Formats: sequence, C-alpha cells, structure tokens
Amino acid sequence: MRFDTPATTNPIDQLRVIGKPHDRIDGPLKTTGNATYAYEQHAAAPNAAYGFILGAGIAKGTIKSIDLDEARRAPGTLEIITYENAGPLGFAPFIPRTAALAGPRVTHYHQAIALVVAETFEQARDAASHIRITYSEEAGRYDLAAQYDTAPIAPDYILGPSEMRINDFDGAFASAPFQLDETYTTPPESHAMMEPQATTAVWEGDQLICWTSTQGIAVALGDLAAVTGIPPENIRVVSPFIGGGFGSKSFNHADISLAAIAARMVGRPVKVAMQRPLVINNTTHRPATIQRIKLGANADGKITAIGHEALFGNVENGWQESAIVPTRHLYAGANRMTLARMATLDLPEGSTMRAPCEAAGMMALEIAMDEMAEKLGMDPVEFRIVNDTQVSPDHPERPFSLRKLNECFRLGADRFGWQDRPSRPRAVQEDGWYIGMGTAAAIRGALAFPSAARVRLASDGIVTVECDMTDIGTGTYTVLAQTAAEMMGVDIDQVAVSLGDSNLPATAGSGGQYGCASSTGAVYAACVKLRELVAETLGFPGGEAIFEGGMVRHGETSLPLAIAAANGELAAEDLMEYGDLFQTFDQQTFGAHFVKVAVNSATAEVRVRSMLMVCAAGRILNPKTARSQVIGGMTMGLGGALMEELVVDKNRGFFVNHDLASYEVPVHADIPHQEVVFLDEVDPYTSPLKAKGVGELGISGVAAAIANAIYNATGVRVRQYPMTLEKYLSELPQI
Amino acid sequence: MRPFSYQRATSAAEALRLASELPGARFIAGGTNLLDLMKLSIERPSHLIDINRIGLDRIEDTPEGGLRIGALVRNTDLASHKRVRKEYAVLTKAVVAGASGQIRNKASTAGNLLQRTRCPYFYNTDQPCNKRNPGSGCSAIGGFSRSLAIIGASDTCIATQPSDMAVALRLLDAIIEIERQDGSGRTIPIADLYKAPGTSPDVETTLAAGELITAVVLPPPSGGKHFYHKVRDRASYAFALVSVAVIVHDNGSGKVALGGVAPKPWRLETADAALPLGAEAATATLLASATPTHENAYKIPLVERTLGSILSQARS
Ligand SMILES: Cc1cc2nc3c(=O)[nH]c(=O)nc-3n(C[C@H](O)[C@H](O)[C@H](O)COP(=O)(O)OP(=O)(O)OC[C@H]3O[C@@H](n4cnc5c(N)ncnc54)[C@H](O)[C@@H]3O)c2cc1C
Ligand code: SF4
Repeated sequence: MRFDTPATTNPIDQLRVIGKPHDRIDGPLKTTGNATYAYEQHAAAPNAAYGFILGAGIAKGTIKSIDLDEARRAPGTLEIITYENAGPLGFAPFIPRTAALAGPRVTHYHQAIALVVAETFEQARDAASHIRITYSEEAGRYDLAAQYDTAPIAPDYILGPSEMRINDFDGAFASAPFQLDETYTTPPESHAMMEPQATTAVWEGDQLICWTSTQGIAVALGDLAAVTGIPPENIRVVSPFIGGGFGSKSFNHADISLAAIAARMVGRPVKVAMQRPLVINNTTHRPATIQRIKLGANADGKITAIGHEALFGNVENGWQESAIVPTRHLYAGANRMTLARMATLDLPEGSTMRAPCEAAGMMALEIAMDEMAEKLGMDPVEFRIVNDTQVSPDHPERPFSLRKLNECFRLGADRFGWQDRPSRPRAVQEDGWYIGMGTAAAIRGALAFPSAARVRLASDGIVTVECDMTDIGTGTYTVLAQTAAEMMGVDIDQVAVSLGDSNLPATAGSGGQYGCASSTGAVYAACVKLRELVAETLGFPGGEAIFEGGMVRHGETSLPLAIAAANGELAAEDLMEYGDLFQTFDQQTFGAHFVKVAVNSATAEVRVRSMLMVCAAGRILNPKTARSQVIGGMTMGLGGALMEELVVDKNRGFFVNHDLASYEVPVHADIPHQEVVFLDEVDPYTSPLKAKGVGELGISGVAAAIANAIYNATGVRVRQYPMTLEKYLSELPQI
Repeated sequence: MRPFSYQRATSAAEALRLASELPGARFIAGGTNLLDLMKLSIERPSHLIDINRIGLDRIEDTPEGGLRIGALVRNTDLASHKRVRKEYAVLTKAVVAGASGQIRNKASTAGNLLQRTRCPYFYNTDQPCNKRNPGSGCSAIGGFSRSLAIIGASDTCIATQPSDMAVALRLLDAIIEIERQDGSGRTIPIADLYKAPGTSPDVETTLAAGELITAVVLPPPSGGKHFYHKVRDRASYAFALVSVAVIVHDNGSGKVALGGVAPKPWRLETADAALPLGAEAATATLLASATPTHENAYKIPLVERTLGSILSQARS
C-alpha cells in the first residue's frame, strides 16, 4: 500500500480498541520474569560460553604488544579474540564509525581490545585481567570548547544543510529594538538504559542466529554482515524483548560482532553482555554542544531575527548532534540563520540519543526564549504564542500538517495555574525554599518509514500479527494488537503478536519516535489485504463488509470471522510505503511544558514540585502507553536539567563517571507529580491511523522549562547544563 | 580465576583466630562494599571470614547511660532503635540519608565505618590511583575532583571518606571497641580511627591487620537539637557533596562535623567553640586550612550556607 494522499475515514476511526488505555499485553511476561532477553536464551542456546570484553586503557594510540599467554592458561579459557586472530572486520555503513575491535590502532578509550571466552563469566573476567598490553599512546583532542574558534562548518549531512540564511539576518538582528545574544552548553549524556548491550550467538552449520538487544532488526542484521563479512542471508537476528535503548541500540556495538565471531571459533554458543563499567566509554553517548543563540524582536514581541549556531564534536564522519534543527521549525521570524559546526574529537563515539538534535537544541533555544520574553516584559507563554507560525518558517511554501502549539500553551497555562507565576524572579519564598515556575515548548519530528507486516487468521479466529518490529519497552506489542483488533473487528485478546525476528516482514524498527506510526501503518496495510481475502472467501463483494464483534457482516448476512479460515489459515502481507506528504507538509509533534520548582535558599538544591505537559501528537493510539512514554521523556529531561553529565577527563580522554553510581539519573524521590494531557486531534497527513509518535516529544524542551523555573525562583540565570548547585550557589543572597 | 576461601565464624574469638591463621584474610559483614570492590578487582583478599553469625548484633545500654552498638548491628536497625531516634537523632538522620533501604538492611555498623572512598578514579583500574595502586599517581588531582576533599588531604590523594554514619558518630564522640588476635582489646575515639592520607593513602585507618571492631560506644546523650543536612546532586541514593551534622543547645553552644570534605569526618573542637558566633565564624575555623581545587572550591560556601540554615532552623 502506498500512503500518498491524506487518510480519509477508515476502520480505525471506529475507535473500539484504538485510543483505549489497554494494559501492555506483554506486561505479565515481564512482571513474572518470563520475558527472555538477549542474554537469557538458556533454552534456545544451552551450554553457552561467556564472553568478557577487555577495553582499551588509553584513548588514542597504537597497540605495541598483546601478551595472552597467562590469560590463555587461566582456568576455563576457551578462546581469546583480538585483532590478530579475528580476521578482517569491516564497518557498518552509518554508525558506528569506530572499529568494533581495536588494533593495532586504538581510537577511543575502552574500545574493545579482546574478547575472552570462557566457561563462566568469572573465569572470563579473571583471564581478561591477565592480558598484558603495551601501547604507544598519543595525545588526543578531548576538549570541545578548545575548538570553539576553529571548528569548521559541519559536512553536509542527512539532517539538511549545515548552514541556512534566509533574508538578512545580520541586518535585522543589528537593527532589532530588543536583542538577545547568549551562549549555552549541553554536556555529553549517557543513554543509561537498564539492559546493557548484549548478544547470544549460535551457529548451526553456516547459519548464524544472534539474540541481541537491538532497536532495529534489519539494521542489526545488515550491519553485522557488513562488519563480519558473514553473508546476510546466513544470519538471523532475534530480539523479542529489549530493556531500553534510547537510541544507543539503533546501531550495533562490539557485543554482537564479537559474539558471532567467537561462537564460530569455539564451536558453541557464546553470550556477551557489555559489562556495565564498559558501557559508557565503549558504546555511544549524546554528544556535547555549545550553542549561540541570537534573537531580535520588536516591542510587540514579534521575532524579526532568529539565529542559532551549534558546535558539536564527534569522531570523523560521526553522528552530528545538530542542535539547530528545532529552530528551523519552531518559531516565526523573517530573517533567519542556522549554522552547524563540527569539531573532531578522540572521545568515545557520539550517536543518537532520545530526540537527537531536538533535545539539545531545545535546551538552549527555550532558555533563550525565556530570556527574550523577560527583556520584552512579556509573559513567556504569550511571547511564544505571538511567534507561532502555521508554515514551516524556513520554507514558507510548506505548511504544517497540523500544528496546535498555541492550544497546548493555552490549555497548559490554564490547567497549571500559570497566572500565579510571579513575573518578577525570586518573588516567592516558602520555608527556606524559593519557588518558581517555568515553561517551554516541545517539538519533535513526526516521521514514518516504509515497513511491512503479515497478518494471519486461524480457524479458531485468532489473528496473528508478525513483523520484525521491536518493543523497546514502549508498548509496541500492545498498539499493534490494538491496530489488528480494530481492523479485523475482534477483541484485543483475540490477537497474538510476534515481533523482533528477521524471519518476519521488515519494518523500520524503533527510533526517532517513528516506530509506532511506521509499524501500525504496516499492520493496517496487511489487515486491509486480509479483510479483502476474508470477504472474498466468505463470498462478500469487496470493500463493503463490516468487521465487528468477531463477525463479518454484509447486508443481511453475518458470519463469524473464523469461518473464513475454516478451510485453512488466511494470511496477508503488505508493505506500507509513503509518498511525498512528508515533503509537502512539515510534520511535527508539539507540546508545552509547565514546571514548578523549589530551590533551597541556603544550599541551592533543586526539587521539582510538579510537571505538566500538554501534547499535540496526532491520534493517541493508547493513552496509557503514550503517557508512559511522555513521562519517561520528562523524567529523562529532568535528569538532563539537573544532574546528568558525562564528565570528560581532558587529560586522558575518557568519561570519568562510567557507571550508574557516578552517572546520576533521577531516582523516584526526584520525580514529583507529573501530568500529561493529549489534545484530541487526528493528523490525516501522517499515516492511515492519523497518528504520530510520542516517544521523544516528552524530553524536548523540558530541561529548559526547569531551567526557566529555577531562574524564576532564584533570579539566577544558568546557561550551562546540568544546573548543578555550584553554578549558581554564589549568586544566591546570603542567608 | 582468582581463588579465595570462605569461612564462617561463629564467635568473635573464632573470627580473630581465623584471621591470625590466614594472612591476607578479610572480614566480610554485609558485603555491600567489599563484594563490589572484589568484582572490580580493587580488593583481592585471599580469604573471607564471614562475621555475620558471630553475634555482636545488639544495641545495649551502658552503665554510664550511653549505648553500645554491636559491630554487626545493621544500619536499618541502628537508625530505627528507639533511644537512637530520640536521644541520638543526628545518628538516625545520618544513617537514613545514606544508600538505600535495601543496602541499609544488609550494611553493618563496622562495615559502614570502613567503607572505601567513592573517588571515581579509584573504581577505574586502568587509571593511576595511589590509594588503589600505591605509587602510581593520583588521577583526580588535575582531573575530575568536584566531589573530592578540600581539607585534610595530601598531594598524593584527595579522596573523601564517604560514610554518613561516621560523621554523626564523630559528632557524638563515639568510641570504637577493637579486639586483637591475642585476645586483648583496645578502644579508640573515632577521631583516631581514620589516618590522614599523607604519602600512603592506601592505609586508611589505624586498625592493624586482623583487628576486629566489636562495638561502637556512644557516651550518654548530650541533649540539644540534632541536625544532619546532606547536600547532593539528586534527592536520594547519592553520596554527599557536603554534609553537615550539628547539635545545638538552647544557649547557642554546640558542635559541628562535616562529611564529604575530607578523608575522614571533619570536626575541630575549636570550631565548636566558634559555633555561637555563627556559621561564618565556625566555617572559617573549620575550613581554615582548606586547599580546594577549582572544581570543588564551592564546598566552602556550601558548608557555610548549609550550616547557616541549620543554625537559623535551630533558633526558630
Ligand atoms: C549503591 C550504594 C550506595 C551507597 N550510598 C551510601 C551513602 O549515601 N552513604 C553512606 O554512608 N554509605 C553509602 N553506601 C555504602 C554503604 O553504607 C556501605 O557499603 C556499607 O555500610 C558497608 O557495610 P557492610 O557491612 O556491607 O560492609 P562490608 O562490605 O561487609 O565490609 C566493608 C569493610 O569493612 C570491613 N569490616 C566489616 N566489618 C568489620 C569488623 N567488625 N571489623 C573489622 N573490619 C570489618 C570489611 O573487611 C571490609 O573491608 C552505599 C553503598 C552502595 C552499594
Ligand atoms: S584522590 Fe585518591 S582515590 Fe582518587 S585517584 Fe587520587 S589517589 Fe586515587
């Protein structure tokens, strides 16, 4: 099926199953410990040997020697894989750009030097400690700020041009009666997902099966083939359950290729879980940014000039954390400039993390908007409403498919009691705490990519959905079951869902908050085909049958759906493809955050007291799983605002806080009352379900809302994330 | 594999005997610190002597009116003990400010005192660290030192002692009871338990090898209002940036101890004397010899402000 004209009325609009807050259908498996993750395939891969990754102890240089003698003699050691015996390794086409196995070059700290395979995990770990390596170490580039003056314009990238100038930005900024010119920094952040990267690899003849923790089966398979040289047709990748990814598992890491090679070498299953202390420096992170924002406005609050420059760093040809992206879509303003610059760094590789580009960009832009509102003497909500646009600001010929940002702000302000916010900072003090409120917009692209699915109808009336889509904790199993139930006119408990297997029809996977729209679109297309097949089998003329309550009705005749499969299962498969509606219309999700914080007037500790987000994100397929996504994003953004930072050791080139004890993320006690409101809207331009995604919208803007609330509470403006107390303690009044 | 043997002792005497027979042995109590360090190859004992069944798990009144806390009393039980909550409230407050409920259920009184630093480089065996690998250098000096010591450290190590409980015990002038392998005992004030790092930061306490802490004794309660304010980057489950323990009496006199600033709980009796003069004077005395790095200099005003807010709460 091709989706190239806006959706009209279709069976989804019945909203019998879609739009309902169904519990996760995979919930019981998870809460009872019966969901088997990549490292837990004891039944499918018995007698697996354990792999332990030894990471490089330097950030940059060359391996001079590796002495494996003692490690090979250690009890239980089966094999040790290094660059000397692994055979040639290639690269994935996109990410990562750094080698899965170092040698002789080492290009980042904790890059894998060796995989030790042993009978037990403890034996592998111990043997690894007996490997003796000598390096010749080189000086590296670890400090992004040091390249602020010299870093070149970023090479052209998938995110659009690195530089855009519309009309006369410099002139308009220079002549604007109100000007803002400030610089903001965001630190490197870690995905810090619960389940580390992990793979169990098994060879059966020349066929390889990898149970791995991935967000996208097809990418994992293709990239594994590219790195190892194993023909893709000989590989099967399976990933039924994933303990979070946040973008880190959109691409492969060392675990999968090393497990595959090791399992072949030792002739038995091998499992490798990235050890927690290795995750942060061996795998990827959200790169740091330094952003300069210039705004010019008239006294009426209309922005006349908007400029956003972002400097980010990465390995050569690495992911670009182009924080300017949201500025290209968010606010009006005739004169515009966006510029992305990229420094080359020898740190571990940066990659995508929840709302890449938008999250970092909005951390800066939405403080800038708050600062400008104050200069103008305007309410920050009003300032944003005044600068709304219904056409994509960089491309006025391109309207938004649906943009209700102003509605989000109005509703949110009303619900949150925004009118109580003191316009003057540091105006409210209660029991030794300064109290403040902040707001920020949220924006995140709403994409959908070609995806296929198969739907089968069995003689007992059970409908089975099959595709290689992943459920990374988001609720995909459930929304796909809801989609099929709605389309086939059955209850959700009549639907079974199989996911995460490369033997099944290929989808775009999970990421970029496109997974839900893409995979439900695929199931929709397959169900349309299956309905035709059912109608044909039952002798009903095409297109007119009504599927409802487990029955298929045509005119006066009504037959059980299951009858259609009485003489054998019916199956239909289809690929949903997308036309140019994405180009014709700017498709985004929107939201407005409202936050109340308390700042201790003595110690500057921050406690967020309440959070509200109003989202405009198309049709919400399941308000319960959608809410979970949004509060998850808000929580992660709170971490980004207040505590999350990978600290770079600029002498030796690595992230110092490399475990979950020292990379602090919010705990329960940090999370206050959170409320999420979804506007009741449908967007017919995005997909036949008229839905978008919400997995990343929640994190967009929220950190800035907290920063703005801290300012409102204390009168101290901090422009460096995270807002740890030493950054403003000295500016608080003496007590 | 690095082998180690494990034996469970059923009395303090047996534990001490085993320790004398097994050089390189370590006592294991809750294991919440020791096992983590063993998994990372930072601690490499050849023998573990499990002391969880040796008794010493009670809190008893002393004839003087104080409390004797057995070395194996769990942090949760200590914090919830009736007299501790009422008469030594600063101790309850400090203990519950640490770790998590699950960890406090396992963690013992002696183990808590002897937990090792949280300097991030100490946990990274690829990096120089004089405490972990004597003579290799200190990565934190000139590196990431935001959370580390500002006072009482040395130019070989600026790690802090991370225990919250120890700060309250130092404030309460607790006495540590120690038994030796020859059966004799000795007691030391907690002030003498921790050694300054000097040139050997790997030696952290004045305990000799094989010595067993059997109890911690609290003198009779001093009254006063008790405060423990732990400042950290998140609301729970994080180590202190600084912590301030205070007991103040109605007449303004009192005492103060700090955590998160030094290789031991930091207290100066001269600063106690300055407490009636206010937070600024007391902090100036307490931290007069501070030599912070540019990353952790904020701890000085943070201590002063935290102390100031405690003193103003005490007055109100
Ligand atoms: C995630 C996490 C967070 C934490 N957060 C905090 C925090 O915020 N604040 C805080 O204060 N602490 C915190 N802790 C540390 C915790 O308090 C300690 O791990 C615990 O108190 C140690 O007690 P244990 O009985 O488990 O000691 P063990 O691990 O059993 O022993 C620790 C050391 O003491 C020695 N030892 C034990 N008993 C004796 C004895 N009787 N005589 C002589 N030597 C002995 C052992 O040989 C070992 O060297 C945290 C720990 C973790 C894991
Ligand atoms: S401060 Fe002490 S523990 Fe930390 S790196 Fe230096 S020597 Fe090691």
